[in-house]
Amino acid sequence: MPQSKSPSAETPDLSVGFAGLRLKNPVMPASGTFGYGEEYSPYMDLNRLGAIVTKGLSLRPKAGNPTPRIAETKGGMLNAIGLQNVGMDVFAEQKLPFLKEVQTPVIVNFFGNSLEEYGMAAQRLSQIDGIAAVELNISCPNVKQGGIVFGTDPGAAAEVVGLVRRHLNVPLIVKLTPNVTDITVIARAVEEAGADAISCINTLTGLAVDIRRRTPRLANGTGGLSGPVLRPLAVRMVYQVVQAVSLPVIGVGGIMTAEDALEFLIAGAQAVQVGTANFVDPAAMITIIDGLQQFCQEEGVSHITDLIGSLHC
Amino acid sequence: MKNFNTTILSNQEVSPDYYRMKILAPGISDSAQPGQFVMFRSQATNEPLLRRPFGIFQTGTLASDCEGMPAKEFVEILYKVVGRGTAIMQELHEGDRVELLGPLGHGFDLSADGSEVILVGGGIGLVPLYMLASELVKTNKVRLLIGGRSRKDVLMVTEFERLGVETYVSTDDGTLGEEGPVTQVLQRKLTKFPGAAVYACGPMPMLEAVHRICQPRKVKLQVSLEAFMACGVGACLGCVVKGAGHSEENPRYLCTCKEGPVFDAEDLDWELLEKRMNEEGHSHE
Repeated sequence: MPQSKSPSAETPDLSVGFAGLRLKNPVMPASGTFGYGEEYSPYMDLNRLGAIVTKGLSLRPKAGNPTPRIAETKGGMLNAIGLQNVGMDVFAEQKLPFLKEVQTPVIVNFFGNSLEEYGMAAQRLSQIDGIAAVELNISCPNVKQGGIVFGTDPGAAAEVVGLVRRHLNVPLIVKLTPNVTDITVIARAVEEAGADAISCINTLTGLAVDIRRRTPRLANGTGGLSGPVLRPLAVRMVYQVVQAVSLPVIGVGGIMTAEDALEFLIAGAQAVQVGTANFVDPAAMITIIDGLQQFCQEEGVSHITDLIGSLHC
Repeated sequence: MKNFNTTILSNQEVSPDYYRMKILAPGISDSAQPGQFVMFRSQATNEPLLRRPFGIFQTGTLASDCEGMPAKEFVEILYKVVGRGTAIMQELHEGDRVELLGPLGHGFDLSADGSEVILVGGGIGLVPLYMLASELVKTNKVRLLIGGRSRKDVLMVTEFERLGVETYVSTDDGTLGEEGPVTQVLQRKLTKFPGAAVYACGPMPMLEAVHRICQPRKVKLQVSLEAFMACGVGACLGCVVKGAGHSEENPRYLCTCKEGPVFDAEDLDWELLEKRMNEEGHSHE
């Protein structure tokens, strides 16, 4: 790896490229933690982000789950929001015009409840201008196939990726769930089916118990675990996926600081997504970007890409 | 709205388990509206992970310690020690570093101008009513009904009286003021002042009872709700409540952090709120 230890006087280049996208830096929000961007615009310059990833969209608006929807646990949080979103039409009409004004690529996360719905959603997205890439969430229950989750079955994962790929004319990022025995099996399946990149990982299913009431603390029972408690697991999975496929990988899971983000990059991620940290501090991503810059300067790294995949094992 | 890394100016116990904390917050005094809140987190520890919402008790300015230095604009919160987060807060001192985000949310509508006003506060719920009272006394006759479980849960009576607010106290155990729920006082007052506007903040059962009293009398009621929230800015969708007209086919969820925490009572689905009240336990570990 080309790396000198003398501090560089020049400003390090944080830009990264993957799946045909050129990002000014590798930092973007994780879907569902940043609304549709506008919510956080009073707290940061959205132009500074590498990309903006929207709240997961379905073809039609979705109500979400009953409350309580979130619970804090040690080092993390559980959520069962239930993918509440405004739907693709409202997004295109009311949310996207604001995002188009921002000089940052917009990545739209989306999902469906059946293969057919995934196809229709992809079709609808292909008609919307101003989307740089899409991120396919395959961690939702497949209602029509008896509750199997697309993301945990390599055949079903490949099928849905192949279907949406045919409808889309922008890069397709597939977000993988960690709720599997071997994530590389799913990663290979989506690569063969035509994915352009992989986001790794989504939340891990967890359960928090109210010990006085002897009930789950979320109305939904279980929820998705996120936050710093997840990070070592996510870094391990990113490392495994990077070895298993030739697709670029976006690392996600418990990134709170620039040091956390660097773990993912060094393990081989081309970019990172920041989730729960946005809730803890609305300016967290800006602090992380500044921290990456400072680290590169201190280490004499002129291009952050020199760090990517530099892990010695 | 500002996002501060700032310091505590003071943190004092005012009643067993109840504390007042002043936090340095330049630029917040002029912008904060009664009913708005801040998200707070100590920098001393990463536990708890998420910031916690606290209603703004008041804002103000302290003279600087040193001549020639600018005055210190502060925001003040009043909290009860109930869980891990607030247990950490009670140990904090002047000069400790904290993270503060605010002012957030939708505050009280002050258009009751010139009319009778009744404020109903239950326990720690009277926090946002103090800033509200400070504004309303300028143009209205303001009465405050304070309810608490016991004597120690009745706070700040003297502070309200200093504003010129007429206060009425009731406690469940009768250790201070009238024995019984605050809502029985409300019923009497509304009979005497039927045209009054009511503002309420407190536990859900109290708010629900206040709503049941106000609705048939066509009394204009605004309530300030509490909810566990992760972000405070409308992004996480964790703190939603069901609005009036909500149905499975046409869901109408309102974010407590963004559309609230103050709502017109008629804008909420009270049947579903009552259900939520029964279902929800503590969302914190």
